[in-house]
Amino acid sequence: MGTEYRIALAGNPNTGKSTLFNALTGLRQHTGNWAGKTVSLAQGTVQFKDKTFQLIDLPGTYSLFSNSKDEEVARNYIVFEKPDVTLVVLDATSLERNLNLALQVLEMTKNVVIAINLIDVAEEQGIQINERLLTNRLGVPVIKISARNKKGFPMLLDTLDRIVTGAIECNPVRMVYSEEIEEQIKKIEPKVREIIGGQLSSRWVSLRLLDGDETLLNEINQRLSGRQVEYEYSTHIC
Amino acid sequence: MDKPKTMKLVNGEKGNIIKITSLNLDGVMRRRLLDLGFVTGALVEVVRKSPLGDPIAFRVSQTTIALREEESSKIEGELVSDGN
Ligand SMILES: Nc1nc2c(ncn2[C@@H]2O[C@H](COP(=O)(O)OP(=O)(O)O)[C@@H](O)[C@H]2O)c(=O)[nH]1
Ligand SMILES: [Mg+2]
Repeated sequence: MGTEYRIALAGNPNTGKSTLFNALTGLRQHTGNWAGKTVSLAQGTVQFKDKTFQLIDLPGTYSLFSNSKDEEVARNYIVFEKPDVTLVVLDATSLERNLNLALQVLEMTKNVVIAINLIDVAEEQGIQINERLLTNRLGVPVIKISARNKKGFPMLLDTLDRIVTGAIECNPVRMVYSEEIEEQIKKIEPKVREIIGGQLSSRWVSLRLLDGDETLLNEINQRLSGRQVEYEYSTHIC
Repeated sequence: MDKPKTMKLVNGEKGNIIKITSLNLDGVMRRRLLDLGFVTGALVEVVRKSPLGDPIAFRVSQTTIALREEESSKIEGELVSDGN
């Protein structure tokens, strides 16, 4: 089996996340329940070289700012459960909309791969996507795939492999905000870092604090004060 | 050229294309609208008004999204095209 790594799939609804998940994992999947929560996430494994990737299909959302239960689940998984890589699946025909979520993920965590799916449909529509340019601008690997036609999978798996072994280092682009906001971040980030240590991105937490995100504050309070009852999800294989 | 006409999304007519200039709301509602693509500078097309005028469907970055009056009355923009 080899070493196991967790890969979380995030993306807007209808970007083909489940299609990709099913195509990669085949029958090697089950549903993991999060104890104490009514949330269940599909999980499945795929072998690549000497490794096992455990894929987790997060709820499809347009955002990760916890406007809804689904957004909260996806966000909490990415920042608190810390998958080895977060794979963001985008719809090639609707990149402007889809990049909103991708940029949010890049602020939250370092190891990110962006899969641009439905590339077959985009090509039919005459949409051309320069994945090299996107990779350079975003600072993380961007790979074109077609989940339905199983296209681009070797490249995708190879990239995941290289990230978990450290052969590729992700360097997510840092979003720069208005001077006013950057000033505030500068003020509170050192304090935030002092409190949360290296467990979460202090810049991201600072931004959420400035945004007045109370659900995140509560979540941090619960998790970092050692009350870890929630969000342990079962890992038995059916 | 004429000065562009400013209007609220709620007052758009079918076919109008409006360029968003401001969102006059806060908190979760503002966040949600931003996430749906109602950002400053975005072009929004009025797709369909329901018989009672609420909700109204808009096309914004390749997706159709229906907004309630309490939302669409708080988004302002400039009329770019009346669709005729
Ligand atoms: N043409 C094409 N269709 C796809 C592709 N990937 C997914 N789909 C279709 O897109 C729709 C949504 O896919 P699904 O996996 O349910 O999306 P999810 O909501 O992100 O899990 C389904 O009808 C899929 O068959 C692809 O690469 N090409
Ligand atoms: Mg799905």
